[in-house]
Amino acid sequence: MNIIVCIKQVPETTDVKIDPETNTLIREGVASIINPFDTYAIEEGVRLREKFGGKVTVLSMGPPQAQEALREAISVGADEGVLLSDRAFAGSDTWATSYTLAKAIEKIGAFDIILCGKQASDGDTAQVGPGISTHLDIPQVTYVKKIEEIKENAVKVERMTEGGFEIIEAPIPCLMTVVKEINEPRLPSLRGKMKARKAEIKVMTSKDLDLDPSKIGLNGSPTKVMKIFTPPPRKGGQILQGEADRVAADLVELLKSEV
Amino acid sequence: MSIKILFDKCTGCNLCVTFCPFGAIEVKDGKAVIDLDKCNLCGACVDSCNLKAIELIKPSAAEEKISPAEARDVWIFCEQKGGLIQSVSWELLGKGRELADKLGTKLCGVLLGHNIKEKAREVFARGVDKLYLVDSPKLANYQNEPYTEVLVKLIKKYRPEVLLCGATTMGRSLISRVAVKVRAGLTADCTGLDIDTKDRLLLQTRPAFGGNIMATIITPTHRPQMATVRHKVMKEALVEEGRTGELIEEDIDESLLSSRSKLLDIVEEIEATVNLTEADIIVSGGRGMGGPENFKIVEELALVLGGAVGASRAAVDAGWMPYSHQVGQTGKTVCPKLYIACGISGQIQHLIGMQSSNSIVAINKDPEAPIFKVATYGIVDDLFKVVPLLTKRFKEVLGK
Repeated sequence: MNIIVCIKQVPETTDVKIDPETNTLIREGVASIINPFDTYAIEEGVRLREKFGGKVTVLSMGPPQAQEALREAISVGADEGVLLSDRAFAGSDTWATSYTLAKAIEKIGAFDIILCGKQASDGDTAQVGPGISTHLDIPQVTYVKKIEEIKENAVKVERMTEGGFEIIEAPIPCLMTVVKEINEPRLPSLRGKMKARKAEIKVMTSKDLDLDPSKIGLNGSPTKVMKIFTPPPRKGGQILQGEADRVAADLVELLKSEV
Repeated sequence: MSIKILFDKCTGCNLCVTFCPFGAIEVKDGKAVIDLDKCNLCGACVDSCNLKAIELIKPSAAEEKISPAEARDVWIFCEQKGGLIQSVSWELLGKGRELADKLGTKLCGVLLGHNIKEKAREVFARGVDKLYLVDSPKLANYQNEPYTEVLVKLIKKYRPEVLLCGATTMGRSLISRVAVKVRAGLTADCTGLDIDTKDRLLLQTRPAFGGNIMATIITPTHRPQMATVRHKVMKEALVEEGRTGELIEEDIDESLLSSRSKLLDIVEEIEATVNLTEADIIVSGGRGMGGPENFKIVEELALVLGGAVGASRAAVDAGWMPYSHQVGQTGKTVCPKLYIACGISGQIQHLIGMQSSNSIVAINKDPEAPIFKVATYGIVDDLFKVVPLLTKRFKEVLGK
């Protein structure tokens, strides 16, 4: 079974600041990690390979340092890493990003299942996974919380919804985005870490892909960021003091109109 | 549309040269070369090549993109589940009315489902001028492919200027596909929507980095301008009984309604208290709860208030509460009217998930806990003392 896992490198904390002079994000000094939601996708891919054989390829688009995220994925069991890195990709919105990733997947070749995290912790859009499957014209199942069964040519999965879940059968090849409930990611083994250190990360640029240049990067993105700003911080309110009994009574009085 | 030779596969065998009706191909240095001035992209060579070395690059939706000049109307995707229109749609109609008025265009609804015609009345009562209705047994429940194809067809036919959809598990899955197919810009989870009337642009403001940064996004040249909005962010459109509008029942070709994936079953989970994202009041417990048995006092308070029970990641990771209750970055994002945090310190990952709540109450022994920085009301005390007292008081006040 050939599995492709799409991952994103994100800042470790969401506590990022804007440089008031340049109005851009201050990225220096902020450590990078694999998008937490993607770690479940990696783990699920590795588990599928352990059960059915095959190969897990992790794919990411980002600056050269995103190689580190791919190595980390290899340390927990992925076989190969592919990085799409090119200045021409900079400024891509979710349309251009999913287009570029889909083109790279076509290049990587035959696959059975594509796995993605449900969304990234920095942008929170949840749009790239469905975007990739649409560009590739394959079925998708979002918010997968359990793979119940893998059949000859199909998967049977549970898809989380607001009020419960759906049971869906999708043919292979397909794309799934997964939620935290699906598994508990393993920690890297010593051997995994060694392998990751030695692994060769394949880097692809726009020249390696059959891309329509009008659909990549900032210029190929339908959406544009007009401005970014720091929201006014939420002010801490009132601390109620006194005996617990009194305080509880005061609070109930204050909240009466809201309940 | 364009065409190209894949040089790594081409052997220069000359076969395509003989098949080309326009004499547009010749073999140079052992590889076929196409003269694009002569080629009319008929594809005869593609079929002739045994090595699959010629590729016809088909136009994607992008080539037929809708120009801003021809786009009009504000559309709201009205989400229905089991025949019931979800309240997020009423909220979108509230905002949609305002946007349509600023643009001086109509507010339209799109409703897909089965046996749902009677719902049109409800939609019109919420301010819709025109409703596009597609009825088929195959649209009874949400499935990616038929819903996408139908919505894409309607968009291409009627060319809306703006399209809004709820940021639900259905909406996010559907609208991302539609945006790719119609080559439109899509902005997720907008908390603010406004119109730049001069350029007829939708100003889409959304939080990023867990709410620490806000961004205003525009889609200058692609239409429709598409955005999703989370539940409970906008105010519902008011009901005006007896209000009517134009109903357009759209016939859809059966071929668009097929789905490669199959929905086998829908399971509603019994625990009513789990549906955190719908709740107006949430009482949450964190590490300070000390153990699973103590969640009882949180549940009692939630019950009196008619609210839901939440938990911090620490409480979920300790196994005290199931993951479905988790609030925060890796759990659910909630914005109830009232959020009561019991024994939760307020790590940024938790705050991200609840800081847009209308009122926040924090109960924690540690006066330095970061949760107090976002709390509307804070109580620095032992939650085991305070929470039962609150339950008792609320019971009296609410007459329960």
